[in-house]
Amino acid sequence: MASSNAVLSENKRPRGEMTSGNMAFAEAMRQINPDVVAAYPITPSTEIPMKFAEFVADGLVDTEYITVESEHSAITACVGASVSGARVMTASSANGVGLMHEIFPIAAAFRAPIVFGLVNRTLGAPININCDHSDSMPERDSGWIQIYCEDAQEVYDSALLAIRLAEHRDVLTPVFVCQDGFITSHCYEAVEFLSDEDVREFVGTREARYPLLDVDNPVSYGSFVTSEYYFEIKRNQIEGMNNVMRVYGDISNELASLTGREYQPLDCYRTDDADYVIVIMSSAAGVVKDVADELRAGGVKAGCVRVRMFRPFPAKEISSALSGKKGVAVLDRSASPGGVSPLAAEVRSALYMSCRYGFVPVSEFIYGLGGRDLFPSDVERVFKGLMAEDYSSGASYIGLRDKNGGAEGGDGDGSR
Amino acid sequence: MSGGAPCWQDILPGTVTLGESSRVVETGLWRSLRPILDVEKCVSCLKCWVQCPDMSIQTGEGGAVQGIDMFFCKGCGICAAVCPTGAISIRPESDFQDEADASSGGASPGKVGELVGQL
Repeated sequence: MASSNAVLSENKRPRGEMTSGNMAFAEAMRQINPDVVAAYPITPSTEIPMKFAEFVADGLVDTEYITVESEHSAITACVGASVSGARVMTASSANGVGLMHEIFPIAAAFRAPIVFGLVNRTLGAPININCDHSDSMPERDSGWIQIYCEDAQEVYDSALLAIRLAEHRDVLTPVFVCQDGFITSHCYEAVEFLSDEDVREFVGTREARYPLLDVDNPVSYGSFVTSEYYFEIKRNQIEGMNNVMRVYGDISNELASLTGREYQPLDCYRTDDADYVIVIMSSAAGVVKDVADELRAGGVKAGCVRVRMFRPFPAKEISSALSGKKGVAVLDRSASPGGVSPLAAEVRSALYMSCRYGFVPVSEFIYGLGGRDLFPSDVERVFKGLMAEDYSSGASYIGLRDKNGGAEGGDGDGSR
Repeated sequence: MSGGAPCWQDILPGTVTLGESSRVVETGLWRSLRPILDVEKCVSCLKCWVQCPDMSIQTGEGGAVQGIDMFFCKGCGICAAVCPTGAISIRPESDFQDEADASSGGASPGKVGELVGQL
């Protein structure tokens, strides 16, 4: 950080605090000082709009805070504000995200760069407030960028990154900043915050391209189009997503120069020389990294790939990280009944084109639905299955009480 | 397949269309009922001007109501409903199917009568 002063002024100094993922996201919102926030509370993301409402009430932000009667209205207000030229943020979880579903593709098509704190919680029924990824995964084709964070520090840093990424002229695409409900959102850990001044400098102000409130240059959004035009408009939208990887690299480097923390689309842990790799997302990656360390102490070359960016999916990076491995297991925290789980499907697809250089077997596991914990012993069993070349063609379930052992429709022994 | 129509690289992002495009869309073609203004009864109170959803009430100097723009008027009938003097009546568009250029009832009657006549 460039500074002409030998001693940093008090408000330029980064500060460390014990805080949670929700509070870290709310603090990022305070520092970003968005023009508009429209939100409706739902566990476990409730603390984000709750804390931010305090900032509004205390006069710490200039934000127009819109309280609404449902999540559908919340995201709709966000879209309206965003196309009007405002910098907009919100948060939600679970069935609240589900209720917003109709509006997500509209936000993406309008190129409304909303930054959204998505605190992952399972979709009912049965009703359950704990973590899995079944709320965000159905939105993977909605046209939004999806970033999945491992800890509260990453939530904070990603909120800052997401503003710049979403609003970049070549991207103009809304972003979900996902964190695991309760595990990340409510557990307290040490987080380093940038100074307000540094955040203000980093995020700058939004320069909207076609704001509705520019009444001297009137525009319309979302007018009816026939089949002669829809396809071209949709392809034009997809180009924003195609530009993400290039733009993201520049922005994350810039933030890294401020914080010393660098976030790649993939977090590859001891994978370079690994024989066996587990691919996973979000908070549970820590367990896999610990077990990989223990196995390596015993001479097994184990590694972990944590997929941080799920949309756009870093297929080339996955392919180069995993090609040549003896075995790969993908651990999904959501199921796709009747199909392959979302992460496993992406990983297998990414490896397909490199098959000609050698087949990499990929096992599919489902874990942690409804907040069930993933234990080191579970992860160790998965690695041992890879080492024993025990590959099931269907999904296996980790930590499930099952009279038959846990594997489905495959050729494995099913005992996980 | 392009045939002069824009390719995806040529269009504006975000479904944006540049403003005032509604001025070239002849919403009058949607009309099945037509408002008829009787200027003798009209007192230019402008209730119809305020309530018209398509800004179809034409005014002149001092806000005097002069006519109804049939290029835009969809025939919703709100103007007739709010008129305190009964200066606006509503008639079915089929009454006008014989008119050539429909010089009665507004400056720009659109093509409704003509199209109805083709049915």
